Amino acid sequence: MITIKNLHAKIEDKEILKGLNLEVKAGEVHAIMGPNGAGKSTLASVLAGREDYEVTAGSVDLEGEDLLELSTEQRAWAGLFLAFQYPVEIPGVSNINFLRTAINETREQKGLDPISAKEFMAMVREKSALVELDAKLASRSVNEGFSGGEKKRNEIFQMAMLAPKLSILDETDSGLDIDALRIVANGVNKLKSEKNATIVITHYQRLLDYIVPDFVHVLFDGKIVKTGGKELALQLEEKGYDWIKEEIAQ
Amino acid sequence: MTELTKNNINFKSDLQPTTITVSEHDKQKALAVLQNTPLPTTRVEAWKYTRVAKLGKIDFVNNSATIDNISSYVIDDTNCSFVFINGHFSKEHSSQKIPAGVSITLLSEVNSPLEASSLKLEGEVFNAMNTAHLTGGLQIDIAPNALIETPVQIIHILKGDNILANFKTIVNAEKSAQAEIIQGFFSESGEHNFCNSTSEINVAENAVLRIDKIQYESEKSFHISTEQVQQDKNSNFRINTFTLNGGLVRNNLNIDVNGQNCETHLNGAYLLKNKQHVDNHSVVDHKVAHCESHELYKGVIDDNSTAVFNGKVFVRPDAQKINAFQSNGNVLLSDSATINSKPELEIYADDVKCSHGSTTGQLDEEAIFYLRARGLSEKSARHLMVSAFIGDVLDKITNENIKTYTHRLLNDRFGWEF
Repeated sequence: MITIKNLHAKIEDKEILKGLNLEVKAGEVHAIMGPNGAGKSTLASVLAGREDYEVTAGSVDLEGEDLLELSTEQRAWAGLFLAFQYPVEIPGVSNINFLRTAINETREQKGLDPISAKEFMAMVREKSALVELDAKLASRSVNEGFSGGEKKRNEIFQMAMLAPKLSILDETDSGLDIDALRIVANGVNKLKSEKNATIVITHYQRLLDYIVPDFVHVLFDGKIVKTGGKELALQLEEKGYDWIKEEIAQ
Repeated sequence: MTELTKNNINFKSDLQPTTITVSEHDKQKALAVLQNTPLPTTRVEAWKYTRVAKLGKIDFVNNSATIDNISSYVIDDTNCSFVFINGHFSKEHSSQKIPAGVSITLLSEVNSPLEASSLKLEGEVFNAMNTAHLTGGLQIDIAPNALIETPVQIIHILKGDNILANFKTIVNAEKSAQAEIIQGFFSESGEHNFCNSTSEINVAENAVLRIDKIQYESEKSFHISTEQVQQDKNSNFRINTFTLNGGLVRNNLNIDVNGQNCETHLNGAYLLKNKQHVDNHSVVDHKVAHCESHELYKGVIDDNSTAVFNGKVFVRPDAQKINAFQSNGNVLLSDSATINSKPELEIYADDVKCSHGSTTGQLDEEAIFYLRARGLSEKSARHLMVSAFIGDVLDKITNENIKTYTHRLLNDRFGWEF
């Protein structure tokens, strides 16, 4: 699905990613954990094409396409989805209207006709139910006046609508109460298939009780320094990151 | 060459004399003002950000012109439509099926002199010029208690070069009448054309009057409008001004709220690009108690264009229990775009609820990134943000035909679909 090789990226002359390697195959769920400032959100931003970051070396291949050569929207059309750590409030822009435009622009790229209004509305009903997002909320201005939990559910709702190949969830669980966390995780699990893949960036092992990863990676100082199974997350929760730092120092 | 004054607007010798007689008092006063008042400079506070010196350098003519097809200027497919080309009435393009309860008179066909004007002439060169050299105009009288469902549409088209069209609209909405007027200002062709329009609007007791105004002249044209509105008690007046094209546009909107329990709504949208200059000046004068006014103006300013907003609200000493709200928002799409925004409240009463605010910003880049990350092209994302910003003003248009027409103009000029 995605192959990241020796990725280096900086922001305002500060190097954040320092040779990151990662491979995610279709059908897999990967969790990326790591202390604050390790570069987790930078990785998400670089993959989504945020222009503040400059890639200085390395390559990212998404199903045969050179991801780094694509604009942000082209990456979305290629099947990449980023669930934002801080979803943006956009007053005056209707959530479903913009989603319909997004879906239709994606379809246009693939030479498909625009989705019919009926088909679209049926999809909105089905996918909003998936994350228990009130249909009224789905049609309001994007994230405006939404609670934290509603914003994150809206991210997963949009993910469900866009049906991406690779989803990156950037701290989607942070700040959620357990009910909201269950709803979000449940949505992600239902969307999981043999054809798509998910990268979950998180601080907390708790999320991984609900979204069970195939691999857990530790990101530290701009590199992936350790990879294991889901038990690695439990170890990190229990012991913190110091033992990993010591391991690297040796 | 007939010169009005050395500092003022010039007319070529083939100037056609006006056929409209204004009151003798107004005429003398207007001529005197033209004799002794130069064009305003930026040293005059009301014209601080708008230069009109260019107008003094053009040798204007005021001849009529013909246009084969005006269908692209028809905003609403109403049967009551009055078309003026260069300020002259065009009978062939007008469809004068006037609804019952309305009487419309061409000022050029009035035999007696017009009644004294409510326009301020002293120090006001453009009002004086309009009064002394009126090209054309019409008077709309709406009978007491008449409920007019068909909007009255007035279409102005400029064609030729160096055209000066001095136009006057008089509207009398009598007691408990209700009506809607649409005004469109367009440009067929030519350079240095100047539409100098004045309106005297009387909204009598308990009357409801709504005006939708679309300005879509060319980037090479000049336009100055002055609306003088008088509101009597229990009346409701609403004016929406949409400026979508025009080289230099200045709108003066003066509303005297003379009676209690009135409602006043002023909405405006201005969208500028290239080197356009659009200036909206409004004054709402609350003279008596228990009234409310709402003003919402929004602008999108691109390239090297400049917009000016100056909104003044007076609340006079006896005008207690006034609710007056004013808001001006601007989005600058380029580094060379300029906005000068000045909301002003002058309150002399102590029991009122008033607010004003002005915001200027750029499109939220984080929001644009968010939309693009979901698969909107950058162009669609920016367009969506602009339409979201300006949308609440455009939503003030309730007539669906005008809405559709406005959206078409926005698409023609900016490539934006709404």
